Amino acid sequence: MIDVFTVILVGAAVLAGLLCVVLGLLGRPPADLSVLALVVVEVLLLAQVVIAIVAPFSGNPPTGNLGEFWVYLATACLMPPAAIAWALTDRTRWSTVVLGVAALAIAVMAYRMNQIWNVQLG
Amino acid sequence: MSTRPKPAGPARILVAVYAVLAIAATGRSAFQIVDRFDEAPIAFTLSALAAVVYVVATLALAFRRDLLAWITIGFELLGVLVVGALTVFAPDVVGLGEVALTDRAFGRESTVWALFGLGYLCVPLVLPVIGLLYLGRGRRTAAITG
Repeated sequence: MIDVFTVILVGAAVLAGLLCVVLGLLGRPPADLSVLALVVVEVLLLAQVVIAIVAPFSGNPPTGNLGEFWVYLATACLMPPAAIAWALTDRTRWSTVVLGVAALAIAVMAYRMNQIWNVQLG
Repeated sequence: MSTRPKPAGPARILVAVYAVLAIAATGRSAFQIVDRFDEAPIAFTLSALAAVVYVVATLALAFRRDLLAWITIGFELLGVLVVGALTVFAPDVVGLGEVALTDRAFGRESTVWALFGLGYLCVPLVLPVIGLLYLGRGRRTAAITG
């Protein structure tokens, strides 16, 4: 894992989450800005997938449990599409908040993934 | 039966947050049971039970099965209080006596209800309270309008 990339991923997810929650509470239905924020998070997650595949081959092996790491990463990758699908079918301001909730959950998961990769838990 | 209104407005957030917690609890407990069940069998079994209840509660809220929602969300509140208290004051009972206090919430033996859900930012403690308040409000509204 690359710590700097985790910081970028967590930071982007937190920003996207706060943005969507605020927009939703202001009464905005899902729009380009809120959906694109989640698309950015998804792109970063896919970059994380590539990093996680390549890193062990370039002298950066996981010290924690790799299987657990992939369960987190795969689940995280499915969340933006699910949240965007929700936003497209239910065009109310609450869907914008749902986009935000998904992004904030991804931030927590990305933090956990970095922990699992780096920390030897025995 | 066919005319049940779907949850509207802020209640949808409740369904979404429940869905996230259900996924988190299911994924984690399934992995812990497959990977290292022997390390804390009681804690991981409770964790799997909690995960199933979260899934049922999410579906009950989404499809307005209010009685089922009352039962599952009430069970969750009871679960997080009882298991939370056990993990703090009597960790031996749930087989975590050897595990350091912080590791019970954040370490590899951590489960969704441990230390009142601290590892999940206390969402498991707060969510059932909000859920029960929502169900109670819905019942009063139904009594007035229907």
